Amino acid sequence: MAWNEPGGDNRDPWGNRNDKGPPDLDEVLRKFQSRLSSLFGKGGGSSGGAGGGGGGKMGAMSGSLIAIIVLLVLAYGSFYTIEAPERGVVLRFGEFQRTSTPGLNFLIPWPVERVFKVNVDQNRSHRLASQAMLTQDENIVDIDLAVQYNVKAADEFLFNVRDPDATVQQVSESAIREVVGANDMDFILKEGRENVAEETLLRMQQVLDDYRTGINVTTVNLESAQPPEAVQAAFSDANKAREDKERFINEAEAYSNGVIPSARGDARRFLEEAKAYRTRVVKSAEGESHRFLALLKEYERAPKVTRDRLYLETVESVLSSTSKIMIDVEGGNNIMYLPLEAMLRNQGPATSGAPGSRDTTRFVTSENDTISGFDSDSRSRGSRQ
Amino acid sequence: MIRTYAVVILLAVVAVIASLFAFTVSETERALVLAFGKIHRADYEPGLHFKNPVYTVHKFDARILTLDTRPDRALTSEKKNVIVDSFVKWRIRDTAEFFKKTGGDERRALALLSQFVKKGVLDSIGRRTVTEVISGERAALMAEVKRGASEAANELGIDVVDVRIKKVEFPPDVNNSVYQRMEKERATVAKTFRSEGEELAKGIRADAERQREEILADAYSESQRVRGEGDAVAAETYAQAYGKNSEFYTLYRSLNAYSRAFSNRNDILILKPDSEFFRYFNDPMGNQ
Repeated sequence: MAWNEPGGDNRDPWGNRNDKGPPDLDEVLRKFQSRLSSLFGKGGGSSGGAGGGGGGKMGAMSGSLIAIIVLLVLAYGSFYTIEAPERGVVLRFGEFQRTSTPGLNFLIPWPVERVFKVNVDQNRSHRLASQAMLTQDENIVDIDLAVQYNVKAADEFLFNVRDPDATVQQVSESAIREVVGANDMDFILKEGRENVAEETLLRMQQVLDDYRTGINVTTVNLESAQPPEAVQAAFSDANKAREDKERFINEAEAYSNGVIPSARGDARRFLEEAKAYRTRVVKSAEGESHRFLALLKEYERAPKVTRDRLYLETVESVLSSTSKIMIDVEGGNNIMYLPLEAMLRNQGPATSGAPGSRDTTRFVTSENDTISGFDSDSRSRGSRQ
Repeated sequence: MIRTYAVVILLAVVAVIASLFAFTVSETERALVLAFGKIHRADYEPGLHFKNPVYTVHKFDARILTLDTRPDRALTSEKKNVIVDSFVKWRIRDTAEFFKKTGGDERRALALLSQFVKKGVLDSIGRRTVTEVISGERAALMAEVKRGASEAANELGIDVVDVRIKKVEFPPDVNNSVYQRMEKERATVAKTFRSEGEELAKGIRADAERQREEILADAYSESQRVRGEGDAVAAETYAQAYGKNSEFYTLYRSLNAYSRAFSNRNDILILKPDSEFFRYFNDPMGNQ
């Protein structure tokens, strides 16, 4: 008979029965079994017998019918399917027998064995939304927590705790608050988020294992951890202040990066100017000395002539490049009127003198403007301090 | 026909008798059999059991059960109010004891248990400061409450599996002052950040300015040294050249000065023709 054959898990329910089950019921069932087989036997016999009445035949037929119906019902009740994500927990008279795996499975039909199916792969989840919690430093944070879990032991999940899902909820709340209460607010809001979730998961799992719930916590996710609504403005201002600090520093760095290279540039310029000056004065001195010495040689050869020539040339060049008024009157004359201003106005831009006059003035100007250039610079630096 | 009915009837009779004599206890249950109100036997394990048909069976939940207490106000040792929310995990350990003390009524058991736990929680919190309750001694507090509740619940036939505190929080009015304090703290933090930023920024600027001054001062010093070098060399060169004939130098230098001083058309010279230059101006013989 189908329900008497070994199940998919290679277990003979009857053999098992003989070991453990109470003998009285065993006896009853065995009698019942022999009754059934005798029914078939008797039915066959009566039909084959001589003089079998119609009533007898009818009885045998309906008897077989009942037997077949009973068998069908028993056969139907003796197997069951476990889907891929499920485990079956089989109880015999309420006592735990075995856990069955996905596929076709067999059991002794009601009232002996019953199967409870538990979905073990399904990810069950639970959320704690916007819970205000006290931190170690007596601040308050708002926490959103999401917990995901599944069943790791179907029998424990069924037998050990009433309402395991509510238990997960209670345990998660207790665990997260314990973890939050053991840490400072700053840690929880910033770098500690991962730690808090991890620690919560460990605590939850430990407690759930203590209860033997058969539950496996897969993830604990700290979806949000933030200061309470009432103080968020102050918090964001503090964050802004942190950025302000960075900004102040960056601005100062930028200033520094602008000022120092520019100072180095100025320094370089001073030095180059000084070098240029050195070269210029040395070379001027050499040049002028040579010129002087050359002229001196000629002067020493003919002092009188040279002296007169130089004098006359100089006065000539002076007079030819300036305005002049000659007054050849002895003793002065009060009536004489000189319209100096009008004369000056009519001059226009100064015309350049003879080539000789430009020659003689060149070295003087070069000596003069060098020092004033540096002086004006140092004055402007002094005013900035 | 008769045989068939007989079989059916026999089966029915067997079923009825079985239900009178036999009972099953599930994995989630424990059972107790009463003989006319008196406990006959109490320690039935899961499985099939038999009894006298006139005896009655009482079944109890063998699983871990929950007592979720209501949030409760408690005073800490420094007389601060806190609101505590806890839950208790418990199970029926001794069905006979449990039946005697509570009549098998779970609600009565819960009522008794919640009293024990409440007392334990209030006492344990009363011996601790807020900080200890929140963080440091939470686990110890829970263990302490569990121990106390276990002792008291023992005689009810109850095992206290666990006592866990869910919430410890301040009452709403205290919450507001906590918020105010948090705001002040944040304001302090913000001010500190900004002041620190200014401090560092000023430092950086001052440092930059010092470096600039140093660089310029060094450059000034170096450039003056270089200029001095040039001046010295030039002075020596001049001295050597001019020293050869100081009388001619005076002439030479004076003439140069004249032509430099009067090089502009705006310079107006008013002259009397009695200088060396005009020696021949009035008299071709040059006699003055």
